[in-house]
Amino acid sequence: MGKNMREEQERWEKTTLNKVLTKAKEREPVFKTTSQIEMKRLYTPVDVDDMDYCCDLGFPGEYPFTRGVQPTMYRGRFWTMRQYAGFATAEETNKRYKYLLDQGQTGLSVAFDLPTQIGYDSDHSLAEGEVGKVGVAIDTLKDMEILFDGIPLDKVSTSMTINSTAVILLAMYIAVAEKQGVKAEVLQGTIQNDILKEYAARGTYIFPPLPSMRIITDIFAYCKDHIPRWNTISISGYHIREAGSSAVQELAFTLADGIAYVEAAMQAGLDVDSFASRLSFFFNSHNNFLEEIAKFRAARRLWAKIMKERFKAKRDESCMLRFHTQTAGCTLTAQQPDNNVVRVAFQALAAVLGGTQSLHTNSRDEAFALPSEDSVRIALRTQQIIAYESGVADIVDPLGGSCALEDLTNEIEKKAMEYIEKIDSMGGAIKAIEAGYIQQEIGESAYQYQKEIEAKKRIVVGVNQFQMEEEPLQDILRISPEVERYQREKLSKIKKERDQGKVKEVLSALEKTAKGTDNLVPPILEAVKAYATLGEISDTLREVLGEYRES
Amino acid sequence: MSRKIRVLLAKPGLDGHDRGVKVIARALRDAGMEVIYTGIRQTPEQIANAAIQEGVDIVGLSCLSGAHNHLFSKVTQILKEKGAEDIPVMGGGIIPGEDISILKKAGIREIFQPGTSTEEIIKYIAETVRLS
Repeated sequence: MGKNMREEQERWEKTTLNKVLTKAKEREPVFKTTSQIEMKRLYTPVDVDDMDYCCDLGFPGEYPFTRGVQPTMYRGRFWTMRQYAGFATAEETNKRYKYLLDQGQTGLSVAFDLPTQIGYDSDHSLAEGEVGKVGVAIDTLKDMEILFDGIPLDKVSTSMTINSTAVILLAMYIAVAEKQGVKAEVLQGTIQNDILKEYAARGTYIFPPLPSMRIITDIFAYCKDHIPRWNTISISGYHIREAGSSAVQELAFTLADGIAYVEAAMQAGLDVDSFASRLSFFFNSHNNFLEEIAKFRAARRLWAKIMKERFKAKRDESCMLRFHTQTAGCTLTAQQPDNNVVRVAFQALAAVLGGTQSLHTNSRDEAFALPSEDSVRIALRTQQIIAYESGVADIVDPLGGSCALEDLTNEIEKKAMEYIEKIDSMGGAIKAIEAGYIQQEIGESAYQYQKEIEAKKRIVVGVNQFQMEEEPLQDILRISPEVERYQREKLSKIKKERDQGKVKEVLSALEKTAKGTDNLVPPILEAVKAYATLGEISDTLREVLGEYRES
Repeated sequence: MSRKIRVLLAKPGLDGHDRGVKVIARALRDAGMEVIYTGIRQTPEQIANAAIQEGVDIVGLSCLSGAHNHLFSKVTQILKEKGAEDIPVMGGGIIPGEDISILKKAGIREIFQPGTSTEEIIKYIAETVRLS
């Protein structure tokens, strides 16, 4: 950095800038990101003069991966366009998947209903009113067979948003593949399997933290030997952000959870380089465009350092943070819902400029219900327009080197690291969650955000400014109460037709394994193949492992 | 000195989205109300019982999973069975406009959709509790 630049900047501030500032004040005294990082008026090379280009940025496909995990990024292949979908029955969702694949979607993403996510069959009293509502209802292997009917599992990659019951749904997926004649070793996909953020932000936990961590490390161990191309976990900041956190908190809490999983797996005797390359991440893309891009880049660099320096990973792949992105559901407004299309487009663009591996774009009507087919198509087209028309996919990390972006990336990394150190000092993410610390931090940010909106310090177009009278939105997707009845009938039929002796046998084998220390995946695979229900398998585990209650 | 308004906030069903209900709990407390928040995954029975035992002035239900028609109506039905239909019930969440009349028929006094300010909710509670 030449001395001239600094002097030139000072000259500009004293003369040209000052002349304007004395006449006209700026819109705000200070401008801040969601993470309370002050954004300067102007960034110049002076702001990043201590940056070491080769160490801090490096080259795409090389440590610390700031500029991306592949050397050619989207010049080789676009990100995977993966719309999260699932509603009502396996039959109806199967149709939606085929529609999306026909429209050019390149990967599947399964949304399960809440009973499936929390380990209750559709005929359980706690499932009343919830069957098929936020996703597809899966009770037995039969439902999974219907869900993927006519979809070759050796050709698509499938992501499943499933956590406390992830092991059961993964087992069902393996079993369906087997029936299609597809070997487990070629299967590609992801299970979310991130229980820590369920305690902190999303709520679909079943078991207490320790047995939950055992199931997760059992999955890591099983997959490295049997399904080597499967992403065994998707460590998620998405829901932490939706619950109200800032960008820095999202990054920090997600990586702190990641650290806890790596530690648990290493304590279970796994070599770090045997599983780390199958860890994947999931982030939110929110409104503040530059802050979000910086967050994704900071995430890659920080995780690379953690893996190399803290966990002594030797393989480059172990240090590579690969991630899925979803645009921020919490920014969608019920007012003037078509404006959501525009919000989603900017958020999606930020994810692409941040180097995401896959992307879900939200639909304009999601402040009311699950999206209609028309709304989903517009959301998918938004990704296709970015990919095929905007030109941003033709240069690797095109904003890299921008003084503003690099400074923001540095700031976010620094502030996230401060949080991680604080969590370390509390004994790690599990302890910090048990102490309620992470929940409190998120809650505080959520409350401040709402107060800013109400004080009009934060403008939400159509909500607290630029409002208008409007007609209620038409053509909202409705889930009929009939779905619940149909699902219960299907379940009762399967329960009658299956080999009861076999079911008893597999469940008692599972109970025995749960009481011991052997890997839980093989007996669960046997159980789903015998058409034991998701509820029966979950109950067997509940009996042995116990249930978590929020304090 | 007048006594504080007592509010029960609850999340019926399996939905874990509690950002909204927690923000509202805090806003009501800041407005001088006494708030009991049940936490997530409550059955309608648990909520109705809590409302009666705690002697609250009003109940607020939050659901973002789409199960509101079933769950909210169940709460008002149980309150009625227990002779406590005088406790007003309001609700909020991801609720499409066309469901509002169904819910009002089932005895839910008011539904707040996304974008509602905490100020509106505070005002509504103050007016409703004074009237009833």
